[in-house]
Order: sequence, then structure tokens, then C-alpha cells
Amino acid sequence: MELDLRHVSHDYGGVPVLDDISLTVHEGEILCIVGPSGCGKSTLLRLIGGLERPAGGEVLAIGPLPEGCLNPLTFVFQDFALLPWRSAAGNISLALEDHIASRRERKKIIDGVLSRTKLSDYASVLPRNLSGGMKQRVAIARALAVRPAVMLMDEPLSALDAQTRELLIEDFVALWERQPFTSVYVTHNLSEAVRLGHRVAVLSRRPGRIREIVAISGAPGSRRRTDPQLAEVEQHLWQLLRDEAAEADQELVHGG
Amino acid sequence: MADERAKTARPVPYRGGGFRPGRAGWVAPLVFAALIALAEWGTRSGWIGSLTLPRPSDVAMTLWEMMQTGRLWLHLGPSLARLFMGALIGVSAGIALGLVIGLFTYARAALVPLVAAIFPIPKIALLPLFVIWFGIDEASKYALIAFGTFTPTVVSTYGAVDNVDRTLIRMGQSFGLSWGSIVRKIVLPGAMPGILSGLRVSLAIAVILLVAAEMLGAEHGIGAFILEAGSLYDLERLFAGVAILSVLGVGLSYVIGLAERYLLAWRT
Repeated sequence: MELDLRHVSHDYGGVPVLDDISLTVHEGEILCIVGPSGCGKSTLLRLIGGLERPAGGEVLAIGPLPEGCLNPLTFVFQDFALLPWRSAAGNISLALEDHIASRRERKKIIDGVLSRTKLSDYASVLPRNLSGGMKQRVAIARALAVRPAVMLMDEPLSALDAQTRELLIEDFVALWERQPFTSVYVTHNLSEAVRLGHRVAVLSRRPGRIREIVAISGAPGSRRRTDPQLAEVEQHLWQLLRDEAAEADQELVHGG
Repeated sequence: MADERAKTARPVPYRGGGFRPGRAGWVAPLVFAALIALAEWGTRSGWIGSLTLPRPSDVAMTLWEMMQTGRLWLHLGPSLARLFMGALIGVSAGIALGLVIGLFTYARAALVPLVAAIFPIPKIALLPLFVIWFGIDEASKYALIAFGTFTPTVVSTYGAVDNVDRTLIRMGQSFGLSWGSIVRKIVLPGAMPGILSGLRVSLAIAVILLVAAEMLGAEHGIGAFILEAGSLYDLERLFAGVAILSVLGVGLSYVIGLAERYLLAWRT
């Protein structure tokens, strides 16, 4: 399934946050969205995912859903959004219960995604006993369980420490290589964007507009952290963002 | 130079700790025992007059007698039934309405001022009205206790619903959960800590109203028993009745504690 954004704009109480965003997310690609803080990246993701209605323009889903898809547009949140009263398996089950009546069927799917995210030993552990990285793995497993057409990742690694982030980037790439999925990946971390993205869309400060879309060559799996070519792309992205970020920093916050 | 340094060396003063009450289960029985022992000693030595306070051992004897003759159950049975029925009706209606207020704009706009208007009315003042509406029998007592537990339960429930983490609700929506599933699996468990702590208050109010209702018009029941003993100046029986109420209070608190440990096991 592809996503097509046509002239999407949005405002909060008259304050424009997004202005005329047109963008296509191709099947099987990871599209990263970067931008200075408060530029409306997360808002854009919520518009794509149908959690908010755009003030102008439209978001279109094009093409057939993948087989067995239960929830086409599936979020992975920055703060994990796990129910603290449910175990890892229970949290994944939550996403399935409304779609699959058979307990055995659900168990099969849960076991499958737990093993794909290396969580099989932690099925019955409550979130409070899991580290941040493990919590986000559970959230990713939950997202995989509903076989999404597009994974909408809202700064999924921003609440984690640098080492955990590095490990999860590797896991995320491995998951994608084994079974390519479509993803829109919002982040403020440029090195994350250049490691994971096939393309990186750079937003301007509020109201967010697309400044440039940078394509990154090579499959995500073949990229190394120390790759000089990646450093160059990252430097280019930083150049694009630098002034915007500095000016965004000086602005008064209007909320949102 | 090194000596100079050593001379001025001093341990960093400890400033942490506190603000974190732990568990000490043995303290409560000790406090009760000490107070009872003090009363016993005071009444025996004549330091406390027999009209001021009855001797605890006499109160215990009275209780024992009541148990033997079956009078205890004669009074406790109806009281427990009234407490249970009244609180059950009041609490379930309160949780239901609290959820509705917590979830719907118009219900909130319409009902929050109404609840605020009803809350401060001393419910016992309405007993004559309830007697007219529901009759002189049990129903009017159920209604009084139900009404008394209802308002605090409503307030604590919608407060608890307001406190449910909105990101969890957005998560539920993003996975395409039905409205009912979101309420049942996310809102209700998320509000449970607040609902249960509200229940502590509501059930204490239920006991107070129970006694008041039984004092105003009941043949049997702890309230009637205490009133009768009081009008005869039979202090042993009066205190026996009060002791039963205290045990009831401790028992209710214990039951809620159990419920919390079972339902909220996911908190630390």
C-alpha cells in the first residue's frame, strides 16, 4: 500500500503548524521525517494515521492491503504506550482481541512476533519490570502483530539511551531486511534518519513545509555507523536544519 | 599539605530518606492493645470513674454474652445486609455515572453541577422523604445508604477517569479498538486506583449512614442496639456496639486493601 499526501495543512486554534505538505510514501520504503522541534512532525504522523483530521488537503491510501492485515496504519509511540496492567504478551494480545476471536490463533501470532523481536522469554513480564529498550521492543512486536501496511513511528527511540538506541536500530534494520515493510519514521535524530531511511524529508520550522527530500543510496542493512558517506549526508541535513533549528529555539511556544 | 587536607576532611551529611512510609503490620495491634490496657488499668485503679468509661473486660463479657444468646447476630445480620445492599447499589450506580461523566461532554456539563449540589446535603436529613418514597421497611434504608455512597463514588470515579493516561487511549484508537474495548480494557483499569481509594471514603460514609438510619427507625441493627443501650445508660452495651462498628470499619478497610492488592498488583 502507498500513501499519498496532497496539500496537507493543519493548524491548532488558528496557529498554523503544517503548510501544504505533499508527499508520497512508496511501498516497502522507510521514509524518515526530520525537522526542528515544534515543526509539526508528530502532528503530520497523527494526520497520516487518522488520529487527527487535517484542516486542509487529504491523505490517501492507494493500493491493496497486504494479506492478513488487521490494522493498516499502525503506530509505535515514543513513550511506548504499553498498558502497565498487562504483561508483554497481554499488551500484544490487546491489539488482536478485537480482530481475532480464537485464543489459540492469537497465541500463535503473539508467539511469532515475540520471537521475531527476541522477547520470547519475557512474554509474561509486566512493563514496569522491563527496561526502556525492552518496552519499545514489545511495542514494536505489538505493531508487527497486526500486520500493518504502514508502520508510523513517532520518535520511537528518543526515550532510550544511546547504546540501547544503537541496538534497536540494528534490530529494526534486521526486521526490515527479513520482511520489508513500509514505514514513516519521525525523528529529530539525524544519524538515526540516515541509518534507517531510504529517503529523508526535511521540514522547516513552524509552520512545517517540506524543505527538501534527500534520497540515501544503499540498503539500510549495508550501512555502517562510521560510513563517511552517511556522515556527509548527515552534515548536509544538519546544514538544512541548522538555521531553522536556531530560529525555532528563539520562538515563543504557542502550545502544541 | 596532605595533613591540612586530612584535618578538614569530614563526612558528607546525609540528607535523603523519609517521605516513604513502609509497612509495619505489628504496630496497629500494639496500639489497640495499649489503649485497651490503659483503659482497663484506669478503671480498675479507680483513676477513671465507672460512669466515664466502662471496663474493657466488662465490655468484652457483654460481647461474649451477646454472642452466646444470639443477640449479636440478631442485630449484626440486618445491619450487614443493609450495608451490603445499600453500598452495592450506591457504588455500582456511582461508578457507572462517574464513567459516563468522565467520557461524555454533555453528561459532564449536565451532571457535574448536579452532583455538586447533591453532595453537601446531609443524606440523613432526607430519611423522612425516603420513608415516604420507599416505605418504612428496608428499602428506605437501602436508599439512604445507596444515596450516601453514590455521590462520593461519582466524584472519585470521574476524577479517576480524567487521570487515565490519554496516550494509552490514543494507542487503543490507533489499533482500531472498538469504543467498548477502550472503555473496558484501558479506561476502567486505568481508573481503578482512583475508584478504589474513593471506595474507602464511600464505605466509611455507608457505615455512618447505616447507624444513623437504624437509630431513626429500626427494631434490630447495631444502630438500634446502641441507641437503646444509650437511653438506658448501659455503658457496657453501648461500648460493645461501638466496638462492633470499629471492627466493621477495620474489616471493610481490610477488604478494600485485599481488592487493591489483587486488582492493582501491576503497581509496585
